[in-house]
Amino acid sequence: MKVPIWVFVVVAVLATAFVLRIGAEELDQSHQTERIADDPVGRLKVFVYELPSKYNKKILQKDPRCLTHMFAAEIFMHWFLLSSPVRTLNPEEADWFYTPVYTTCDLTPNGLPLPFKSPRMMRSAIQLISSNWPFWNRTEGADHFFVVPHDFGACFHYQEEKAIERGILPLLQRATLVQTFGQRNHVCLNEGSITIPPYAPPQKMQAHLIPPDTPRSIFVYFRGLFYDVGNDPEGGYYARGARASVWENFKNNPLFDISTEHPTTYYEDMQRAVFCLCPLGWAPWSPRLVEGVIFGCIPVIIADDIVLPFADAIPWEEIGVFVAEKDVPKLDTILTSIPPEVVLRKQRLLANPSMKQAMLFPQPAQPGDAFHQILNGLARKLPRDKSIHLKPGEKILNWTAGPVGDLKPW
Amino acid sequence: MKLSQQQNCNTRRNNSFRTTGPLDSSVDSAFKPLASFFWVVLHGLCCLISLVLGFRFSRLIFFLLFSTNTTSTTNHYTVPALLRTTSDATQTLTLQTPPVLITDTPSNRTNPATTSSRVVVGRHGILIRPWPHPNPIEVMKAHRIIERVQREQRLQYGVKNPRPLIIVTPTYIRTFQTLHLTGLMHSLMLVPYDLTWIVVEAGGTTKETAALLEKSGLRTIHIGFEERMPITWEARHRMETRMRLRALRVVREQRLDGIVMFADDGNTHSMELFDEIQSVKWIGALSVGILAHSGNSDESSSLLQKQEDEENLPLPVQGPACNSSGQLVGWHTFNSLPYVEKSATYIDDRAIVLPRKLEWAGFVLNSKLVWKDIEDKPEWVKDLDKLVADEEDLDSPLSLLEDTSVVEPLGNCGRKILLWWLRVEARADSKFPPGLVFFFSNSFSVVYILLPCYLYFFVLYILLPLSDTGYDQRYYMFFLFPWHFLVVISFYLHLMSDDLPECIHMAYS
Repeated sequence: MKVPIWVFVVVAVLATAFVLRIGAEELDQSHQTERIADDPVGRLKVFVYELPSKYNKKILQKDPRCLTHMFAAEIFMHWFLLSSPVRTLNPEEADWFYTPVYTTCDLTPNGLPLPFKSPRMMRSAIQLISSNWPFWNRTEGADHFFVVPHDFGACFHYQEEKAIERGILPLLQRATLVQTFGQRNHVCLNEGSITIPPYAPPQKMQAHLIPPDTPRSIFVYFRGLFYDVGNDPEGGYYARGARASVWENFKNNPLFDISTEHPTTYYEDMQRAVFCLCPLGWAPWSPRLVEGVIFGCIPVIIADDIVLPFADAIPWEEIGVFVAEKDVPKLDTILTSIPPEVVLRKQRLLANPSMKQAMLFPQPAQPGDAFHQILNGLARKLPRDKSIHLKPGEKILNWTAGPVGDLKPW
Repeated sequence: MKLSQQQNCNTRRNNSFRTTGPLDSSVDSAFKPLASFFWVVLHGLCCLISLVLGFRFSRLIFFLLFSTNTTSTTNHYTVPALLRTTSDATQTLTLQTPPVLITDTPSNRTNPATTSSRVVVGRHGILIRPWPHPNPIEVMKAHRIIERVQREQRLQYGVKNPRPLIIVTPTYIRTFQTLHLTGLMHSLMLVPYDLTWIVVEAGGTTKETAALLEKSGLRTIHIGFEERMPITWEARHRMETRMRLRALRVVREQRLDGIVMFADDGNTHSMELFDEIQSVKWIGALSVGILAHSGNSDESSSLLQKQEDEENLPLPVQGPACNSSGQLVGWHTFNSLPYVEKSATYIDDRAIVLPRKLEWAGFVLNSKLVWKDIEDKPEWVKDLDKLVADEEDLDSPLSLLEDTSVVEPLGNCGRKILLWWLRVEARADSKFPPGLVFFFSNSFSVVYILLPCYLYFFVLYILLPLSDTGYDQRYYMFFLFPWHFLVVISFYLHLMSDDLPECIHMAYS
């Protein structure tokens, strides 16, 4: 039988494409493991704007709880940059510009941040820097970065519907946002944002370490709310019904140590567990991921379309287990069908100290920690093409866009 | 779900009773049955609807009737599985065509790019599988995963190159022997290292002890020691020492390799002990907690309690004493002076049993110390054969050494107590409680005990119900109690008779 020649050509092309794709994947993976160990010093220069202290120091003085809650990354980033070798005092040679404004430091008596004044605060800060320095107007903020660690990032609201309604603050549309929130195809995540882990106090976690030969005897561990009784008693809104589903399906299962208690031995128990559930809450991210990585407990992430911190540097697929929200009733089947070798491999990857270091914000900063990973992420975006510089007279941002309440001065 | 339904029904019931309560007693009685009938019907209908739907629908009705303008932003991701099946069934309800439940015009405020996302904001259903209970096969798989993880942990962080253990236990047959040996046996079965258990039995080996050791599944060497155990505690301690030396002779002859540990059958060992002794090089010493109070007699214990409260004595501990840099400088020994008058001399005494100055149980040896000719044997150890031949009283393994400063203190330099010393023996006239196994082991017992029992139950449960007589008090008196009486009497007669089998005698002695 005579086979036409074009068949061979097609097959050859497909084969080479296949091989190249596999090769690219492997290359990608090895890139990922190298990326954690990158050193940003010398690869970029950051200029820190001098804002009046009402934007940063005075707010912190009013409420020092901002240093220990999970949004403390914005403050520690500022302190780190002030004394870091990547800082430059000459703005002409800077690649990136940082604005130290603490938008998540207006706390309720309970300790939760109120985001209502944050848009105005941010807007006022941007107005300040655009009028006192020429660098904002040069690129309309494309070479500026801001740390916005709140629930939905720069959408500045804790309720998802309202946050989607508001969208990202119009003035920040061109800037790079460093935020904890990450969900694919969501308004509040811009292309090119850097996702970071929430702040977890390193000394507190170090103080609760137990000897590593303590046998891990809990199969699945979780402590937290399943039904947010104050805001959503029936369930279905909170966590998109996923947490309620976990409770209803597995409350009688002896393998699942799940409850709403607040034990004092929370960290110790995590170190005695093989899997730790990290389901979404009102927002898809939570400090449980950080705690799981530090304590060597494999995170089971139940949040559709979530973007995990430093996703381009840390191979989350190999470390954690991803479960779709619709598969929650089958969670026990999924977890018990993981072969033990895969479990051991994940634990070995988690035991890697560089992984743990990349999730923490230690004071003072150490090489390989989360600050350096943020700088790595920023450095990877360089060099830029010149198109971000606006031509004279060109304006892209609309300074009057957004809800009327945001336009009031702060 | 079911609970909330029941609650719903209950509250409904309460409501209905409240309205037709005593306040209405003066009202025309003709209306009462009608009103209550109406409430019952409504209540039944509501319960039926809830049953069919699978959830309380009252809140949904309120939501429909009284909800404000939030309908536009509530898109629904999935209609919950239950609602999906029941929406076909129910036609009588206003929520049959649920205008709010199914997605009406999606709000324009959601980002148009969300069309490619699977995630939508709004109320979602809580997915529950039909049988939310654990599957036993999956539970076994999970346990296998946990076991593998723990094994890996032990490999990584636990003791590297674990050496086999040699446990030396002197014992003799007595009432509490099974009790003590079973406890020790289970502790040893939990040890994750290779184990050889040398049991030296005074009075020769017995079948009962051998049967017990068989059940453990451990590698045991059961040695008989010709003399019987004496009855004074002093003599017993000396004899136990000789039995231990006999076991060490076996180690020497068979050239068993490993770490020798002395586990007396009354003691309690913790699992960390076995991990800790792996770190011994030649000879190590541990702290032993002494539980000297046997709590037999009320007067002596209460006296001692008062003394204790006065002097605030903590648990007495025997073991190595270290200075601040972690080197051995001396020994904590048991101070027996406060107890001397009240201590027990004979086994049966209802008084405190005292340990010796330093118990053997607190020491571990490298088995090479007792071997005959090896190259790198340290100079400070005496030869075992010479010691035995000299007939000295070795009150602790320290007598095996020329120089006691080479002993390594274990357990964080003696600060951790990993085993407890205790001697509890039964009174001389005590009887070991017989188990049912003795009844079936002998044909006499079948005749004298089982037959009346069978007859008794036969009459009670088969004859009586089948007969025409009623369950009258008289018949119970006539049938039950005499039989019961007979059964019990025959049992005790049987016990006191002389033609009992050997094993039952043994248990009572």
